[in-house]
Amino acid sequence: MIINIWLNGRQLTREIEADLLLIDFLRNNGCYSVKRGCETSNCGLCSVLLEDKPVLSCSTLAARADGKHVYTLEGLQPQAEEFGSFMADQGAEQCGFCSPGLVISVLAMEKELNNPSDEEIKEYLSGSLCRCSGYMSQLRAIKLYLDRKGAQEYERN
Amino acid sequence: MSAIDQPVRKKDAMALVTGKPVYTQDIAPKDCLVVKLLGSPHAHALIKEIDIGPALQVPGIECILTYKDVPDSRFTLAGQTYPEPSPYDRLILDQRLRYVGDAVAIVAGENEKAVEEALDLIKVQYEVLQPVLDFRRALDHEVIIHPEENWKSLAPVGADNRRNLCASEEVEYGDVDQVISECEWIIEQTYHTKANQQVMMETFRTFTHLDTFGRLVCVSSTQVPFHVRRILANAIGIPKSQIRVIKPRIGGGFGAKQTAVSEIYPAIVTWKTGKPAMIIYTRRESFTSSSPRHEMEIRVRLGADKEGIIRGIDVYTLSNTGAYGEHGPTTVGLSGHKSIPLYGKVEAFRFGYDVVYTNVMSAGAYRGYGATQGCFAVESAVNELAAKMQMDPVRIREINMVRQGQVMPAYYGEKLNSCALDRCMAKAKAMIGWDDKYPCKDMGNGKIRSVGVAMTMQGSGISGVDTASVSIKVNDDGFYSMSIGATDMGTGCDTSLAQIAAECLDCSVENIIVSGVDTDASPYDTGSYASSTAYVTGNAVVKTCAALRQRIKAEGSAQLGCPVEDIEIDGEKVYRVDTDESISLKDLANGAMCGNSNALSATESFSSPVSPPPFVVGMAEVEIDKETGKVDLIDYVAVVDCGTVINTNLARVQTEGGIAQGIGMALYEDIKYTEKGQMVSNSLMQYKIPSRLDVGTIRVAFESSYEPTGPFGAKSIGEVVINTPSPAIANAVYNGVHVNIRELPITAEKVYMGMHKEK
Repeated sequence: MIINIWLNGRQLTREIEADLLLIDFLRNNGCYSVKRGCETSNCGLCSVLLEDKPVLSCSTLAARADGKHVYTLEGLQPQAEEFGSFMADQGAEQCGFCSPGLVISVLAMEKELNNPSDEEIKEYLSGSLCRCSGYMSQLRAIKLYLDRKGAQEYERN
Repeated sequence: MSAIDQPVRKKDAMALVTGKPVYTQDIAPKDCLVVKLLGSPHAHALIKEIDIGPALQVPGIECILTYKDVPDSRFTLAGQTYPEPSPYDRLILDQRLRYVGDAVAIVAGENEKAVEEALDLIKVQYEVLQPVLDFRRALDHEVIIHPEENWKSLAPVGADNRRNLCASEEVEYGDVDQVISECEWIIEQTYHTKANQQVMMETFRTFTHLDTFGRLVCVSSTQVPFHVRRILANAIGIPKSQIRVIKPRIGGGFGAKQTAVSEIYPAIVTWKTGKPAMIIYTRRESFTSSSPRHEMEIRVRLGADKEGIIRGIDVYTLSNTGAYGEHGPTTVGLSGHKSIPLYGKVEAFRFGYDVVYTNVMSAGAYRGYGATQGCFAVESAVNELAAKMQMDPVRIREINMVRQGQVMPAYYGEKLNSCALDRCMAKAKAMIGWDDKYPCKDMGNGKIRSVGVAMTMQGSGISGVDTASVSIKVNDDGFYSMSIGATDMGTGCDTSLAQIAAECLDCSVENIIVSGVDTDASPYDTGSYASSTAYVTGNAVVKTCAALRQRIKAEGSAQLGCPVEDIEIDGEKVYRVDTDESISLKDLANGAMCGNSNALSATESFSSPVSPPPFVVGMAEVEIDKETGKVDLIDYVAVVDCGTVINTNLARVQTEGGIAQGIGMALYEDIKYTEKGQMVSNSLMQYKIPSRLDVGTIRVAFESSYEPTGPFGAKSIGEVVINTPSPAIANAVYNGVHVNIRELPITAEKVYMGMHKEK
């Protein structure tokens, strides 16, 4: 079948097998930030934005993205760098293999939740597993990042 | 100090957080053959007949290998220094299959669908044999798992394949039976720790290809590139000179990748076909055919006098190495040698063990490496002793703990030159509010909050064995490139070792470029395991920098026309101490690239006769549901003595991460098999690891001692941090509801059953 996808802002037309998963479509098209950590929708590593909502690309058919906008970190480099620098300042990335999926989810959370509490942050991101960090450094980075955004807005007003 | 004890960003951090293609699969050639394995459906079987004819007809299939196509020479996949203590008990493919998932055939093809189809078409007739699944009955079982004539043990570890015995030893110091018989208080209990999965986020993966010279290039997510070179040579039967191993960024290891789990399969495909090949383990394969923690049953007998002074400890460990012996003979040693020495007043001890083969997946190396299992057993026994004596478990440790300056007979007679265990205990106690919270508080809502404690030690590399080499050269404008053979697997050693170099060379961390690891280009290093990197490779960095400084001084003395004794370096320039005449390092370096015969580079190696232990005190606060027995972790405090901290961020995150992994081991993680040896827990659904909702709050502090033999006083941190959660949480459960959990994990069911049994 033929699908049209807006991938990171660029329109792509591709012939695919109907059972192709979105993660494989994305990696086949150069989006190597998208990682596979399991086959059971448990780890969150493969998270991407589909029409601005975070989805697990390992359990989404590429065909489902037909006519839609998909963003991976390849198309979100300034945002990834901005939040990522807070991660880097905490040493929170460690092996880094789960970082792209987490960054996608944090960017989505930022749009969805206003002033989230620690518990709300943990709840929102609970589908993003990490085996290196123990999560504390990520929480520190996320809070500092969100605080900074708040401070910037405060200054603007 | 400027570069040490700093929160320096990891050199690769921004590449990782922005999703750059830096891992094995991301950099593989597009035309790699897809390699997959057919796994045995039986826990123990012989292949009677195997027909690959129809499978070979599938379009796109390049090669199918069976036991008939591989060398009949045994080797081990354990990444250890030669001669490896782990027995040579493996073939790439064997006619005898020893666990469910053991490789029956290797299939390589142009795409995944063709390979999957071919796997389905391979027809195998098995002679199904009785498996040995209970490790308590494996020794001298009528069924022998490794009856083969060419099974081989290279080291004197007490192995006997005819007895299903992978290793055996007993050591005794003093007369432990006599000492314990004199004691007022005696505890004798048996503890059972389960096999656990490392669950690094990047599963096992490797690609291989032939280079311009026809050599085999193996790019792999490994902690042990140099060992992989030897293992591949052993397995395929080709000279080591024909192999090059490269490590890119690694998505976590935790010891899993100290075993060459995935490398041999694409390697033999490439060697046979000449084509690039890649294997990517699915999560399921990573669960079923890998290298988890050794299951251990540990009997502890200890005796204390009427004041609670522990005088004798007797430990016997039965370890389950599974189908193959990777890391079997070595992990078990730590269960005693890193648990007993914590008790500094022990007059006598005995430590014995047997390591047995069974028909489950082979065990391997996992962070903590036996010390974790021993810590659960001995710390739990000490907690039971305290309870029996009605003594505070913190107090019993305060009066018994090993102190700086002591010789530790159970730790190979090493003298303890740096130890802040006492300060760690005091700090942890204050941080968690022990005196207010011990033993427990009924919350009035059906829940009880309680606290528990444990302490632990590990080593810093393998004394007399681990070897690290480092090369540093001066480049144009005076920047340095440093080659290391240690493998950064996310832990950040490319950065922390650069910090050490920067400190030695009086320059910024940015001025040190780090590369590793490529066995053709990097200096030899045993690899990143056994908590060796900061200490062993760190010391090699210090030694190399000292040699390099001498070379720079020699060049300076030639240029400034004075004896080398009068030359000093301040990082920016080389100058004469008598006249202050100087030449900038930049000019010296650029000058060295024209008409120069003095190489401004140095390579040094380091190995240590000792392995100074780091220490951790862990304290847990839990909330127990009295109705269901469910245990929730509320707060975990870990206070660490790793000597001087090199990178404050990375040391903290290592600790937080290790504690979280330890919490998983304590509360959830358990590799389960059916009665036929089929693994049940083969996905992240059945094998739960902690999410960010499960770890409560983890709080970390450092109480540093100064290790005189370490680089700037540093010891290790990688492994020691995983050990305390199991015994500390078990202790908290006891302090809350008076149930001793002696078998991990600490599930609601066990707590509930305990509450109702003991009432």
